[in-house]
Amino acid sequence: MSSAKSLRPGEDLALATAAPRSASPGFWYMGAIAAGAWLVFAAVVSFLPDIDDFDRTGLLARIAAVSGVVLALLAVFGPAVPRAIVTRVRHAGPWLVLLAAAFTAWELVTAKFTILPRPFFASPQAMLEVFTDDWPRLGLSVGHSLRLLAGGYVIGASVGFVSGVAIGWSRAVGYWAHPTLRLIGPLPATAWLPLAFFAFPSSYSASTFLIALATGFPVTVLTWSGVASVNKAYYDVARTMGASERFLVLKVAIPAALPSVFVGLFMGLGASFSVLVVAEMMGVKAGLGWYLQWAQGWAAYANMYSALLVMALMCTGLITLLFRARDKLLAWQKGLVQW
Amino acid sequence: MVTALAETPGLAGASLDVLGVSHAFDLDGKSLPVLDHVSFHMEAGELVALLGPSGCGKSTLLRLVAGLEPPSAGSLLVDRQAITGPHPSRVVMFQDPTLYPWRTVRANVSLGLEARGLLRTRGGRVDDALRLVGLSHFATAYPHQLSGGMAQRVSLARALVNDPTLLLLDEPLGKLDSMTRLTMQGELVSLWQRNGFSALLVTHDVEEAVFMANRVIVLSDRPAAIKADIQVDLPFPRHRGDPRLADLRREILGLLGLDANW
Repeated sequence: MSSAKSLRPGEDLALATAAPRSASPGFWYMGAIAAGAWLVFAAVVSFLPDIDDFDRTGLLARIAAVSGVVLALLAVFGPAVPRAIVTRVRHAGPWLVLLAAAFTAWELVTAKFTILPRPFFASPQAMLEVFTDDWPRLGLSVGHSLRLLAGGYVIGASVGFVSGVAIGWSRAVGYWAHPTLRLIGPLPATAWLPLAFFAFPSSYSASTFLIALATGFPVTVLTWSGVASVNKAYYDVARTMGASERFLVLKVAIPAALPSVFVGLFMGLGASFSVLVVAEMMGVKAGLGWYLQWAQGWAAYANMYSALLVMALMCTGLITLLFRARDKLLAWQKGLVQW
Repeated sequence: MVTALAETPGLAGASLDVLGVSHAFDLDGKSLPVLDHVSFHMEAGELVALLGPSGCGKSTLLRLVAGLEPPSAGSLLVDRQAITGPHPSRVVMFQDPTLYPWRTVRANVSLGLEARGLLRTRGGRVDDALRLVGLSHFATAYPHQLSGGMAQRVSLARALVNDPTLLLLDEPLGKLDSMTRLTMQGELVSLWQRNGFSALLVTHDVEEAVFMANRVIVLSDRPAAIKADIQVDLPFPRHRGDPRLADLRREILGLLGLDANW
């Protein structure tokens, strides 16, 4: 694996941690338990009578049964499946058991015995029905939300990054920007909502502005602090070698500040989510926030829960993307948090 | 481990004149003098050690020679030209390697060429310098993967690609373990001998100064003034056990008031 030529320090360590924690190719007991749990869930769904007419009970039972069968096959014929997949699935084993148990309990207290009052508590098949029947509207909402979020976030992050570098680098910029930032920055972006909605020509542009504002503040502050705390000796080294000011900013200050910039981008993303949802509930007539509001208006609680689930997946997906980008750019850093 | 840079058979060293240099820091509105009328001349190709107690201002003097700061009074000349700012012919090797953690070893060594836009035409020098310090196999490693001695070697290679005529060494071996330090002292001396640059070495290690340098300039406590200027007229390679080195060491320790238990 490591010829003498390419031997690097720390490589032995990397190999040791990367080595797969032996997915022993034998019988997978946890998989068998999970398979049993999902089959029990399937049986509960199909054989106990529903309290009401649910359209998707059959489909839910089939999905649960198929899951159980697939898990059973994996438990027995694991070695025939590519090892990478087996390792991942086996790692998820205990979670698969817990999920099946939770689904069964949820099914029992809602669709079967209505221990939790309807319509506030939706059953699994009711939520499944939202995905099978209302997916065009949900998908469109995700698209609208992503478009609005991306516009505002990119503007806010770019402006925040540039102004953070400028404040950190130039004393003159800092003199004027610092008091402004201190006064305006901590103000929650949602406080601008009434003002923004009449100052901007459309609720869409107003929301873009608010999202940019919410993103821009943490990105500015953390970029600034990253640039300001760069080891001064890094500049001395570059200056003695004939570096221009431009080189000092682009090739020394910014790369050195990047870990801090990413903390800002992460915080900005979180802030942008909350502004996005508020903006969509208050003015923009599209997106997941609007869908939530709309579903609540019609007392369509299953739709509301589904939208919440989709929103959670969207947010965690975006944060995962950000962390991936960071891992790629900051591979030189030790001890990065794994998202 | 040390071999000559193939493409540079004999770089000329620069001469240095330090003329009545005084310097003071501004500390809470009060002026703190660190250098007091320091004057000396350094011939081209010399290796001069600046020796003095900790915090006496010798590193400050080196920063002035590097052009990182202007002196409060006096002037500094390299090859009879006034020093007005930093220049790649006067690179500094600092006590800390100060490698950029986001750059690989190779990219760190390329820094000077990249900063001056010479990477495309003279990129081969990077590999030469890495070979020179014996780290060719580590070109793609990141600084956090290196030991202290290896990092300091990379820092040396990063200085050498700039073809310095006056290499400024700011206690470059001060933080290394004693075995690595001894090895690198020998390596620096033979590098200096082969390449012909001048070198100014700041150190507080008396033995290091007399082992490596042609001349040892002993500085007083802050504000630093020159106490003595001692020729070390011994040929290279030197032997650490040489009784003449021991005599010089005792003499210098005496100047520093540290000979009580000798």
